Amino acid sequence: MSNDLLIYEDDWQHLRQFTPARIALGRSGMSLPTRACLEFSLAHAMARDAVTVPINFEPIAQSLVSLDEKTVVLHSQAENQNMYLKRPDLGRLLNEQAYIALQDNPLSPVDIVIIVADGLSSSAIKHHAVPFLQLLIPHLREKEYAMPPICLVKHGRVAIGDSIAQYYSARLCVVLIGERPGLSSPNSMGIYFTYKAKKGSTDADRNCISNIHLQGLSYNEALTKLRYLIDESEKLQFSGVNLKDESTNNQLNYGF
Amino acid sequence: MYKIQVAHITYHFKSLRELMAKASPPRSGDYLAGVAADSHLERVAAQWALADVPLKRFLTEALVAYEQDEVTRLIMDSHDSIAFMPISHLTVGDFRNWLLSEYATTETLSAISPGLTPEMVAAVSKIMRIQDLILVAKKCRVITRFRGTIGLENRLSTRLQPNHPTDNAIGIAASTLDGLLYGCGDAVIGINPASDNLDATLSLLHLLSDVIERYTIPTQSCVLAHVTTTLKAIEKKAPVDLVFQSIAGTQKANESFGINLDLLHEAHIAAQSLNRGTVGNNCMYFETGQGSALSANANEGLDQQTCETRAYAVARKFNPLLVNTVVGFIGPEYLYDGKQIIRAGLEDHFCGKLLGLPMGCDICYTNHAEADQDDMDMLLTQFAVAGGTFIMGVPGSDDVMLNYQSTSFHDALYLRQLLNLKPSPEFAIWLENQQIFNSNNQLNHQKGIPALFKPAIETLGQLSHE
Repeated sequence: MSNDLLIYEDDWQHLRQFTPARIALGRSGMSLPTRACLEFSLAHAMARDAVTVPINFEPIAQSLVSLDEKTVVLHSQAENQNMYLKRPDLGRLLNEQAYIALQDNPLSPVDIVIIVADGLSSSAIKHHAVPFLQLLIPHLREKEYAMPPICLVKHGRVAIGDSIAQYYSARLCVVLIGERPGLSSPNSMGIYFTYKAKKGSTDADRNCISNIHLQGLSYNEALTKLRYLIDESEKLQFSGVNLKDESTNNQLNYGF
Repeated sequence: MYKIQVAHITYHFKSLRELMAKASPPRSGDYLAGVAADSHLERVAAQWALADVPLKRFLTEALVAYEQDEVTRLIMDSHDSIAFMPISHLTVGDFRNWLLSEYATTETLSAISPGLTPEMVAAVSKIMRIQDLILVAKKCRVITRFRGTIGLENRLSTRLQPNHPTDNAIGIAASTLDGLLYGCGDAVIGINPASDNLDATLSLLHLLSDVIERYTIPTQSCVLAHVTTTLKAIEKKAPVDLVFQSIAGTQKANESFGINLDLLHEAHIAAQSLNRGTVGNNCMYFETGQGSALSANANEGLDQQTCETRAYAVARKFNPLLVNTVVGFIGPEYLYDGKQIIRAGLEDHFCGKLLGLPMGCDICYTNHAEADQDDMDMLLTQFAVAGGTFIMGVPGSDDVMLNYQSTSFHDALYLRQLLNLKPSPEFAIWLENQQIFNSNNQLNHQKGIPALFKPAIETLGQLSHE
């Protein structure tokens, strides 16, 4: 692997600092050099393993209690990881015990529900859910939004938020979920926002803020986007494809 | 009612829709939808029964009701009965024989194409083996044009996909340069934006148009935002080459994407009016993928491959430059493993080509699917042998924004080397002029950065020192 004469190196390797993408890999013949090939296999193995690590909501609940937020742990109808992968329909539905758990929290007028679901990357939620909520919650308090306990959902898909929002007749629904692990980002969190979510809401009704991780969107950038979506949806009384994210974007600058 | 006896058991299928679903080669999405065959025997029985169905039957028994679905109406109302005539007497089983015979030439296949409905094509694909799908697709020729000519014989185009997790312009520029220097990007330079933000879309459109103009690259750009965002960009006079949209095979699924035929028509007219093509004006770029209708709970009782093929009816109405089946993207609940992904990719390519579409394939998988690079290499090789129109070029196969693995710049070079497939003629000339490729359709072996790109790479280099 050390005989460099067999490899054509690319002279633009310094561009790698601008992107996590696998650029300037060089080539042996026209093909991927051995090192790049093995690095890929390593990343794939790590991402494959990331899918199967189960979520532990305990520390998340404790952190949220210290923020004076109550939590409730709920389960979808997908009983295990294998079922979760093969039956997305079950991951969108709460199981019976979940509805019982919700009943313990009295219904009163609710503005917003927050759902934290493991999705396809429990480590994304482990790393990013609490730091993001620490930023978000003060803004919700400032608006004096009424909010039931934060729902921590095991084996949940995005649409699990619809049942919960409908249960509380909540106007705003925010789902934090672990995105499927990428090779270069096994810990990426996504946020889905739906106005007046209910059973049967579709992807066209939602707005998505994705790629929240250390090399991706920062918590503050994500917060800016979410606050924009919340405020605009309150004005327009809808969310989804017709609510365009026109929150200010960083001025783009490139080298050409 | 369709009835057949196999191995002393009589099977009944109450509709053509059920027959199609039960005849489908196994895949997880059809089990999820509850429409798959219950046993191997039932599947084969359905295939036997399907082979006996006259092609004409598909013109009278709609799989989704005409009254409730605009895709069905589009299929039925745009059917060309004159083009259909040469094969109108055939059954599905006969049709397979015809496709494999010497009667089916590039010319006759083009001629009958408007006479085929997606359901006829989906039906015949269900009784075809991989080698049949490859052989017949290879005979089809679909040529489209914008700034280059895509789909000529012995050509393979590539979409350069320089995505970045936060749409960072320098990051995207770096991946774009990398791809161009590896000879990639003649189908389109297409970015999936991380957000559907209009300002970000506008900036990315300007970035790509600057690159294409500055280096006079005979290719086109696309920012894969929702069609309504692209329409807003056109209103703002942004340099829009291709309008992108994900499409599906039922009205309900399209509604879940926030689109309908009228909206696509509006976008098509708007993009055409910009007249930005130089050698042609095919200005739509569609993406599809088996399972998308079911994931929106909008499969209408259809199997996912039939749903997928119906999406091609939507595509062909708008004469797209490119149609891309993103075959393994959604996940294992629709295509469980490498075997299912490979078959689906080749089915989609075959069905799309027969219906007259410039079919590319995003040969891909996610990290929760039972698939790996070996599976992708098999589909990649078979897709190229089948005459696939274009593949993706993602740096090192790793899409750092969409979090999945696709094909790489190196993969395209592998096919060029193996099968001597060239990029579009206009792009091939450009690559040679810039000394990126040599005259043998291969990367230049000389070391160093081609002169044209030195300033850009040096500018970026200086940024790194600041």
